[in-house]
Amino acid sequence: MILAIALLTAVACSLPGVFLVLRRMSLMSDAISHAILLGIVLGFFITHTRHSPLLMLGATLAGMATVAITESIIQSKRLREDAAIGLVFPAFFALAILLITQFAGNVHLDTDAVLLGELAFAPFHRWVFLGIDLGPAGLWVATGLTLLNSLFIWLFYPALTLSTFDPMLSNTMGLSAKRMHYALMFIVSITTVGAFEVVGSILVVALIVVPAATAYLFAKRLPSMIAGSILVGSSAVILGYTLAMRYDLSLAGCMAVSAGALFIGALVLSPRFGLIPRLWRFQAQHIKFSTHLLLVQLLSHEGTPSEDSESTHTNILQHMRWSRTRTARVVRYGIGKSYITRTQDRLTLTALGRETARAIMVR
Amino acid sequence: MINHTLLVIGTGALILGAISGALGSFALLRKQSLLGDAIAHAALPGLCIAFLVTWQKSAWVLVTGALIAGWIGVLTVLGLRRLTPLKDDAALGFILSVFFGLGIVLMSLIQKLPTANQSGLMTYLFGSAATLLVSDVIMMGVLGSIVFIGLLYFWHKITVVTFDPLFAHALGLQTLRIEIVLTGMIVVAIVIGLQTVGVVLMSALLVAPAAAARQWTKRLVPMVSLSATIGASSAVAGAWISSLGTKIPTGPVIVLILSGIVLISLIPKQKKSAKNLEGPSQ
Repeated sequence: MILAIALLTAVACSLPGVFLVLRRMSLMSDAISHAILLGIVLGFFITHTRHSPLLMLGATLAGMATVAITESIIQSKRLREDAAIGLVFPAFFALAILLITQFAGNVHLDTDAVLLGELAFAPFHRWVFLGIDLGPAGLWVATGLTLLNSLFIWLFYPALTLSTFDPMLSNTMGLSAKRMHYALMFIVSITTVGAFEVVGSILVVALIVVPAATAYLFAKRLPSMIAGSILVGSSAVILGYTLAMRYDLSLAGCMAVSAGALFIGALVLSPRFGLIPRLWRFQAQHIKFSTHLLLVQLLSHEGTPSEDSESTHTNILQHMRWSRTRTARVVRYGIGKSYITRTQDRLTLTALGRETARAIMVR
Repeated sequence: MINHTLLVIGTGALILGAISGALGSFALLRKQSLLGDAIAHAALPGLCIAFLVTWQKSAWVLVTGALIAGWIGVLTVLGLRRLTPLKDDAALGFILSVFFGLGIVLMSLIQKLPTANQSGLMTYLFGSAATLLVSDVIMMGVLGSIVFIGLLYFWHKITVVTFDPLFAHALGLQTLRIEIVLTGMIVVAIVIGLQTVGVVLMSALLVAPAAAARQWTKRLVPMVSLSATIGASSAVAGAWISSLGTKIPTGPVIVLILSGIVLISLIPKQKKSAKNLEGPSQ
């Protein structure tokens, strides 16, 4: 059950996450996730319960307020984006923390839960409507969020993508990029609020940013990035859940770390940008280039009196100042490609090799 | 009335406020404000690992862990910037959430251990000036002095690199090295403040004083001095207020004071606003 809630939350988070990463606004999710606490606290003071919709409303408003205030500071040109963001949300968050510690004590709202959520307790907070137990509230919230976000992306796909990749064109075509921005921020706010209760501030950011960033390393197109993001988010949740249960550690923390591990995995292995594929490609190019050098060298000595002494493996080794392994590799590559043949120490160009060498020299 | 505890707390707060204010100015000018947030969050696992390795909670030990972790965070961001098409925001978001998540995991591990030692680590989340010992303040003083001296020594180079990196490079300055030095000093500034202000809110101490100071002056030396002053006074005031009650975490109080100052700084001067950041192009 916890797993189901967490999975749905992960899916709900990865969806807007993709767009945030593409718009270079990942840190807004961090800002919003901290700022909404103020809304929750104020709502809590009014309703004296943790589970009223007023809390969610207040929190979402707090999130939107943060965005609005940040935007207005940026518009006034008094501060740049990063400074504006880094100013507003700590203020909201600080106020919220003070209110919690002073007036709510440890009774219903405490700072641990704020940061980490109470995923473990989620199954016990149930929605009772007209006396019917509808199941854990968290499940409903997560499902609702997933549906909402999917609907949002599905309905607004053209405007959303256009304003992400080409805001000016979007504006010219009448699809206000600014409105899309606020709409997206609204979705992020609601998602953060909904996920917050279940997984806390930090994990929300992890689930929004990291899967999308991981998918970014693999995907060439937006739909595959979205799919990849969902996949990574879900995997992170499952992995984290298993770890946390096995070793009795923080659920939210383990999930965040798992997401990070997957990201690092992608970093190393991704065919496009990964470190290992890159290293491999570099080596391949290196060999190819060296082989070309060899061919040209052989060609230039062909038919000359010194050919016998120049066009030998040993001489190449010396002349080119390559290492023994490199020379062996290059020669092997050359033979494999039928550019050269080898008898004992002597290397000879084949017809193909000659042609290739000539083509290289022309270039 | 000035008693010993208040003196200790006040000194510590003064140091951290001044140093973060001063370095925050440069972070602001280099648009690295949010880097501070990421570094601060990334320091948490460093603190935990330092504790797990040494079984001590002394300030020096924990700070070393935080420094190392902070540096790893910075290097990761730089690495990601060079090796992947990912932009800085995603890299910072990654550091922030994943490192912090790791820190949380480690803390949950520590809390299960049978010793009674570990409760001190929780205060690093939101900070507690009340826990400052003389030895802690001495450490803050030493690190702070190193940063201060470094700032004076490298002042001109840092300034050029901040405002016009290409020119600096043309002058033959080793821009990369200077940037590393500056970033290193920012990491130290953050780490100094962790015990007092906490991991979550430390970044505000870097951004807010500088942001406020920026509204009052266009020149560098006044800005840095003003920023340091604002930082120091807010920190001292906040630490003092926080020590008045038993359950008041220091970080939030300082941040609120700072936010108030920033708010005041932002209000007037509407007519000058277009000139403030555009400078020479006007």
